[in-house]
Amino acid sequence: MFNVCADPSTLTEFFWVICYLTTAKHFAFYVSFFVVLVLLAIAAPLSLLFGFIATIGTRSSNWFIQIFSKSYINMVRGIPDVVFFLFVPLALDQFFELIRHKIICFDVVEPIWQGTDFVVCKAAKLPLSTADLWVHQLYAFTLALIAFAIVFGAFAGNVLSGAMRSVSKTQTETGAAFGFTQKQIFWRILVPQMWIYAIPGLSNLWMLLIKATPLLFLLGVEDIVYWARELGGSKTSMYAYPHPDWRVYYFAGLLVFYLLMTWASSKVLKRLQIKLSKGQATMAGKELQGY
Amino acid sequence: MKKILIAAVFASFAISTVYADTVRMGTEGAYMPYNGIDDNGQFIGFEIDLGNELCKRANLDCAWVKNDWDSIIPNLKGGNYDTIIAGMSITEERMKEIDFTRPYTMPDPSTYVTLSGASVDLKSGVIAAQTGTIQASYIVDSGATLVEFATPDETIAAVRNGEADAVLADDAFLKPFVQESGGELSFAGDSVFIGGGVGMGIRKSDSSLKEKFNSAINSMCDDGSLNSLITEWEISETFPDCK
Repeated sequence: MFNVCADPSTLTEFFWVICYLTTAKHFAFYVSFFVVLVLLAIAAPLSLLFGFIATIGTRSSNWFIQIFSKSYINMVRGIPDVVFFLFVPLALDQFFELIRHKIICFDVVEPIWQGTDFVVCKAAKLPLSTADLWVHQLYAFTLALIAFAIVFGAFAGNVLSGAMRSVSKTQTETGAAFGFTQKQIFWRILVPQMWIYAIPGLSNLWMLLIKATPLLFLLGVEDIVYWARELGGSKTSMYAYPHPDWRVYYFAGLLVFYLLMTWASSKVLKRLQIKLSKGQATMAGKELQGY
Repeated sequence: MKKILIAAVFASFAISTVYADTVRMGTEGAYMPYNGIDDNGQFIGFEIDLGNELCKRANLDCAWVKNDWDSIIPNLKGGNYDTIIAGMSITEERMKEIDFTRPYTMPDPSTYVTLSGASVDLKSGVIAAQTGTIQASYIVDSGATLVEFATPDETIAAVRNGEADAVLADDAFLKPFVQESGGELSFAGDSVFIGGGVGMGIRKSDSSLKEKFNSAINSMCDDGSLNSLITEWEISETFPDCK
């Protein structure tokens, strides 16, 4: 990056460290922190949405939707995350490619499954093999994001349906007495009031989500854990900056990062809880009003 | 309608001819001198130089892809990339799953490395190796206790911190670690020859690609460029039957 770094073997210790920490590989490491933050920023609302839809589904009068939503919530909750993280991206990828193969290469007669090889035509590949590296990375990231949203959506669905049941019956009955329709009761009484009951569960889920982000590494996305291991591993003089095994320092850095994330989250969540408690008929709400 | 169909068929032909020549090369990027990632994030190593030259000779447009070792065969079969070029020795067991080109290295001797001065019984001690390598299955057969690691680097770290008594890996990979350890590590026992040389892994359904690479490797063998690459990266013995 800097001109002084042209020949690392001649550098003094101070400049060596500066140059070492500013290699292109280290920048990839720094960028991967943003990858994790972006994942959190998108996965959290997306799983909340999935969970919310599933919750509505469990209350549906349609038999099929109800069964589907209930089994989604329970099945995903019961199966180890890791299995889902390995299965969903792989299955989605092959599913998309299969569809594209059927549409784009309808004239290809060879079977898609040849032995255990999964072979679709070149034009059906996703992303195309000619695509730039970043397209492939974005695609892998998106698949991972969907897997996160599905798994955490199920957890969120469970929390939200519990929260809806916690809203006092007198509230909804009052609504009915005033002539509200079921829809109005749901959107104007139940949904606005359930958040205070959902917050403890959702906070917990957020913490779990933060802790689960290293699973990205399992999905082939180069996240902070990947780079910490790669950069920390001992390097012989075949590399410009040879060094012994430094993984422990890199992992200690990750530890600090995750601790900071947890600390910041608990601050924000606490404020959110206070805000939502205002005017609620709960212990916290009454305390705020000075009862 | 007929015209649309014909146009669509032509279009799909056009697409397949445009994309037919991009070959994605899957490698691990953590096994110098075979393959690695330098400090600028670029692929380097014997196999990168070799692969680029092979692609030039076979008139293919190649792109490099990094993939972890333990999923490198499944992802080839799933079509994430088209070849494995990652220091993978040709073995009977792997031949059941995928095809290989002709070897582009001689069988590289595998060697044991221990902490200097430690007396280790290589037949019954705790030996580290990377998961899914020929060395790992060799250790199991030899009667020693195998500890497996996902990356090659971790196998060396295991010897350094005493978790394993010795590590078994390709000689070319271990040599720089021993030379630069300042006497901390040293070779132990005799080298063992396992595997039939390193080749490129290719899907069984992709025999035309295999033929292209075979003839490219043969042409590099014939003009001596293969042997000079092997010497340059200190991989193994050179091929006696190549120039």
